[in-house]
Amino acid sequence: MIDDFFSEAVYLGVFISLGSYFLGMYIKKRLKLAIFNPLLLAIVFTIVFLLAARMPYAVYYQGAKYISYLLTPATVCLAIPLYEQIEPLKGNLKAIAAGIFTGVLTSLACVLLLALLFGFDHQEYVTLLPKSITTAIGMGVSEELGGHVAVTVAVIIITGIMGNMLAEPVCRLFRITEPVAKGIAIGSASHAIGTTKAMEMGQLEGAMSSLSIALSGILTVFAAMLFSRFL
Amino acid sequence: MKYLKQFFLIIVISFFGELLHWVIPLPIPASIYGIILLFTALVTGLVPLAAVKETGKFLVEIMPVMFIPAAVGLVDSWPLLRESWLPYLLVTFVTTVAVMGVTGLVTQAVIRAGKEKHHD
Repeated sequence: MIDDFFSEAVYLGVFISLGSYFLGMYIKKRLKLAIFNPLLLAIVFTIVFLLAARMPYAVYYQGAKYISYLLTPATVCLAIPLYEQIEPLKGNLKAIAAGIFTGVLTSLACVLLLALLFGFDHQEYVTLLPKSITTAIGMGVSEELGGHVAVTVAVIIITGIMGNMLAEPVCRLFRITEPVAKGIAIGSASHAIGTTKAMEMGQLEGAMSSLSIALSGILTVFAAMLFSRFL
Repeated sequence: MKYLKQFFLIIVISFFGELLHWVIPLPIPASIYGIILLFTALVTGLVPLAAVKETGKFLVEIMPVMFIPAAVGLVDSWPLLRESWLPYLLVTFVTTVAVMGVTGLVTQAVIRAGKEKHHD
């Protein structure tokens, strides 16, 4: 009975997702710890709900897909904060280019080194190569190189959540205090999911992080083809 | 009408992003072409900021929740990850911290080098 209703209710998926997010925000406000990240909590609560209600992911996604639908227009709108911060962008072109370039190389080299260390085969290696960039580009790169696309997507999402959680502690640890440097670092390491954290930190951080998603993503398309030959 | 017009413009740009993605044989998604298109349109004055501002900011603000459905999809990919989740998690953690640290430090070093030159 209730299963029939669940499979027909179009707003349930969005209701659960948003409700979990607000619950996550509330917990974060109460317990001020980096581990209580609202996005991570929202994902955990939603998964727990699905398991408890024995609701298949496909049923949840029937409704939830309508929030995902807005992801492309929302990403397009990242151009707005970027445009508003065009002066610091123009003033720091060299630093931004240097940062994004080293970021892409660090990501690919890191995956290569760890793949050698863990003894991954070629398919496992190319599956992980595009892990730091935005999902849609990363999927394409993984597919092109013969990786396991579903695993790539999972790893990209986990990278984003980690970047979102680690942004503040990592910047503190490495004494990264310049807002431009923070934004470029967060966007290069953890794409759009990390960028939502950069937006919370400030307009400039958010804009620079948005810029990194696009530039490091495009650069990785080409650099990953080269790196795929190394293992 | 203001919000509807803004939403319309954003959708038009997203659509042109899809068109570019379809035409250009590279794994670059519509959204990235869309950022470039909107940014170019704003810089050239083709689209004034006021024509997209409020709706654009609204979409950017609610963006975090748009990642929930895909991330919840991890329950479905768990069978694929079960065997090697620990090395994958380690690779993810180490790479994320390394990239963030190195990128931030390099960017900051170049910014500061530029500032010092300025002072001389």
